[in-house]
Amino acid sequence: MSSVVAKAGLEIRNVGKLFTQPGKGDFRALDDVSLFIKPNEFFTLLGPSGCGKTTLLRMIAGFEYPTEGEIRLNGDEISDLPPYQRPINTVFQNYALFPHLTVDQNIAFGLEMLRRPKGEIDKTVDEMLRLVKMTEMRGRKTSQISGGQQQRVALARALAPHPKVLLLDEPLSALDLKLRKEMQIELKRLQHETGITFVFVTHDQEEALTMSDRIAVMSAGKVLQVGSPRDIYDHPANRFVANFIGETNFLTGTVLSAAPGRADIKLGTGAVIAAGVPDGMTPAGEVTVVVRPEHAVITDPETAAVKGTVDTVVYFGTDTHYHLKLDSGAPFTVRQQNRRGREVHLAAGQPVGIDIPGGVAQVLRD
Amino acid sequence: MSALQRSTAKRDAGIDRVSRLLTLPSLAIIFVFGILPLVIMLVYSFLKPAAYGGVEWEFSTEAYVSFFFTQDIFDETLTFNPDYLSIYLRSFVFAVGTMIACLLLGFPTAYFIATRPAHQRQWWLLLVTIPFWSNLLIRTVAIMLIIRDEGLVNHWLINLGVIDRPIVMLYTNFAIVLGLFYSFFPFMVLPLYTSLEKLDFRLVEAGFDLYATRGRVLRRIIIPLAKPGIVAGCLLVFIPALGAYVTPLILGGGTHLMIGDLIAQQFGSSRNWPLGAAQALILMSGVLVALFFYARNTAGKGVGHGR
Ligand SMILES: Nc1ncnc2c1ncn2[C@@H]1O[C@H](COP(=O)(O)OP(=O)(O)O)[C@@H](O)[C@H]1O
Ligand SMILES: [Mg+2]
Repeated sequence: MSSVVAKAGLEIRNVGKLFTQPGKGDFRALDDVSLFIKPNEFFTLLGPSGCGKTTLLRMIAGFEYPTEGEIRLNGDEISDLPPYQRPINTVFQNYALFPHLTVDQNIAFGLEMLRRPKGEIDKTVDEMLRLVKMTEMRGRKTSQISGGQQQRVALARALAPHPKVLLLDEPLSALDLKLRKEMQIELKRLQHETGITFVFVTHDQEEALTMSDRIAVMSAGKVLQVGSPRDIYDHPANRFVANFIGETNFLTGTVLSAAPGRADIKLGTGAVIAAGVPDGMTPAGEVTVVVRPEHAVITDPETAAVKGTVDTVVYFGTDTHYHLKLDSGAPFTVRQQNRRGREVHLAAGQPVGIDIPGGVAQVLRD
Repeated sequence: MSALQRSTAKRDAGIDRVSRLLTLPSLAIIFVFGILPLVIMLVYSFLKPAAYGGVEWEFSTEAYVSFFFTQDIFDETLTFNPDYLSIYLRSFVFAVGTMIACLLLGFPTAYFIATRPAHQRQWWLLLVTIPFWSNLLIRTVAIMLIIRDEGLVNHWLINLGVIDRPIVMLYTNFAIVLGLFYSFFPFMVLPLYTSLEKLDFRLVEAGFDLYATRGRVLRRIIIPLAKPGIVAGCLLVFIPALGAYVTPLILGGGTHLMIGDLIAQQFGSSRNWPLGAAQALILMSGVLVALFFYARNTAGKGVGHGR
C-alpha cells in the first residue's frame, strides 16, 4: 500500500531521551539522534564517557524507551516492544553471565527461551562453543573461568539465537591490552563469519578506527559525525571530532579563494596552503584548519613557507614526535617514522621549516 | 638467634594458652545451655514418671513404647496407637502450610522491598518487623479478637451485608495457621530480602534480552539465585512453627493440639516427664534427620558441577 519500501537495517530516527529525576531536575541524555545502520555492518558508537552511548544501546535493546523519535528494524517500528520480543541481543559490559548455570547452559539459555527443539539447541551450542573456542570449558561454572573466557561465553550466549543485531557495550574494556588486541581481531572474525550486524560501543578511538566499517562520533547526547574510519580521521567535521580522534594540529587562517571541496587558506605566518572543505560548506573569512602530525614534513627552514623552532623531541621506537613552536606562537606536532639511515637529528631550539603538502589540511566546520 | 627463636616459641605458646582460656566462657555457655539440657532430657526420657511430677531413677523404655502403643491394662498386650503420631502429623501439616503461606506472600514482599530505592528499604523493613516489638501473647490475643464470631471481620462482613451469620474462624485449623503465619512472617521476609537485595539486576536484564518473559525470568533466574534466602526463610519458619505452643493453645482453643502443647501437657497436667522428654527428642530427631538429608542434597548440587 504505502509507497515507502521497507529498508533493511536498523534505523534510529530523531531519537531523544529525557531522564526525569524527581527532585533533581531533568537530564537530556540524547538529543535528536538519527542513524542508519546497514545489515551486516560493524557500526561503532564512539564518544567520551557520559555522552549517551549506553543509553542509546539500551533503547535499541529495549531496556529503556525513547522519549522522542522511533527505532525501526527492517522497516518495522520496534521502540515499544519489550526486549524479549526484539531479535536483538546484547553483550553486556560486565558480561552478566548467569552464575547458577554452567558455560553451556548459559549459551543455551536464549534458545531454550525461544523454545527451539532440543536437537537444534545442542547443535547450536556445540557450534557456538567451537566458534569462541570454549568447548573444553563447557561444563564449568562461570565463576570458574577467566575474564577473557567469560567474555567469549557472553559473546557465544548473545550470538547463539542468531539475532539480527548484536549490541556490544564496551565489551573489551575490562581486558588487559594483549587480550584486548586478540579479542578485537576475534570480534571482527565473528562478525564476518556470522554475518550479523554489530553495534559496538567504545570510548577508545583506536579501537573504533581499527574495527569499524563506520563510526558515529558522539558528544553530550548528540551525534557529531558519521563516516568510515578514514573519513572521520582525514575529514573531521569539527574541532571536537578532530581532537577526539587522534592527535591534531589546529591552525587559523583566512580564506583566499574557495571552490567546492577545497579552499586556499592564508595562514597567520603568511604561508598559503590548499585545504579540503567538508561537503556543503562554503568557507569564508577566518577559519580553523587541522593537519595530522604524520602528514606534515620537517624541511629546511630557508625554503619552507611555515617556520618554527624545536621544543621537545620524543622518541617512540617506530616513530618520533617533534613538538614545535611556530613563529606565530602556536604549538605544532610533527610525527615521522624512524627509518634506518634517514634519521633526522634535531635539538631543542633549532629552527626548522614545515611542509604541509596540498590536500592534507582540512577546514573545520566550527 | 636461637635464644630469640626460643623466646618467640615460648611467646606463641603463651598466646595459645591465653586464647584457649578466652574461648572457655563460650564453651561453657554451649555446654551449660546446649549440651547439658539435651543430656538431661535424654536421661529423663529413659526413666519412670513419679506420681506428682519429676522422675523416679529407674531405667525404663516405657515413654517411647507408650508414644507408639497403648498397653492393655489386663493382658499387657501392645496395640498400635496413632494418637500422638497424628498430632505430629497435624503439626507437620500446619508447619508446612504456614511455611508455604509465608513464602507465597513473603517473596513478593521481599522483592518489593529489595527493588525500592536504597534509602527507602530500611523503612519498609521496619514496617515488616514492627509487630515483633510487641509480645507474642498480645499479638495472638489480638488476632483472636479480630476473628472471633463477634470480632472485627465478622462485624464488618455482616454490616456490609456480605454474610448474615458470622463465619466461625476462631478455634479452627484456619485460626492456627493464620496465627502462625502472622507470628513467623518476618522470619521469611528478612532472609529473602537479604538474598534478593544482593541479586544483580543486570542478570534480569540479560534474561529479558535472551527472550525470557517475566514469568520465565522469575523461574529461571531470580528464584534460583534467591535460593539460599528461600531455604533459610523456610527453615526459620518451619522449625519454630512445628514446635509452636502459644498460638495453637490460644487460637486452637485447646482442641487442636500441636506438638508444643502436647509436650507442655506432659510436664503440666499429665505429670509424665519421661514421656514429655521422649516426645521432645522424637521431634528433634525428626527435624535433624530432615535437615541432614536436605544438607546432603544441596551440598552435592553446589559443588559437583565442576566436573
Ligand atoms: N536512569 C538514568 N537517570 C538519570 N540519568 C541517567 C540515567 N542513565 C544515564 N543517565 C545519564 O545519562 C548520561 C549518559 O549516560 P550513558 O549513556 O551511560 O553514557 P556513556 O555510556 O556514553 O558513558 C550520563 O550523564 C548519565 O549520568
Ligand atoms: Mg556506557
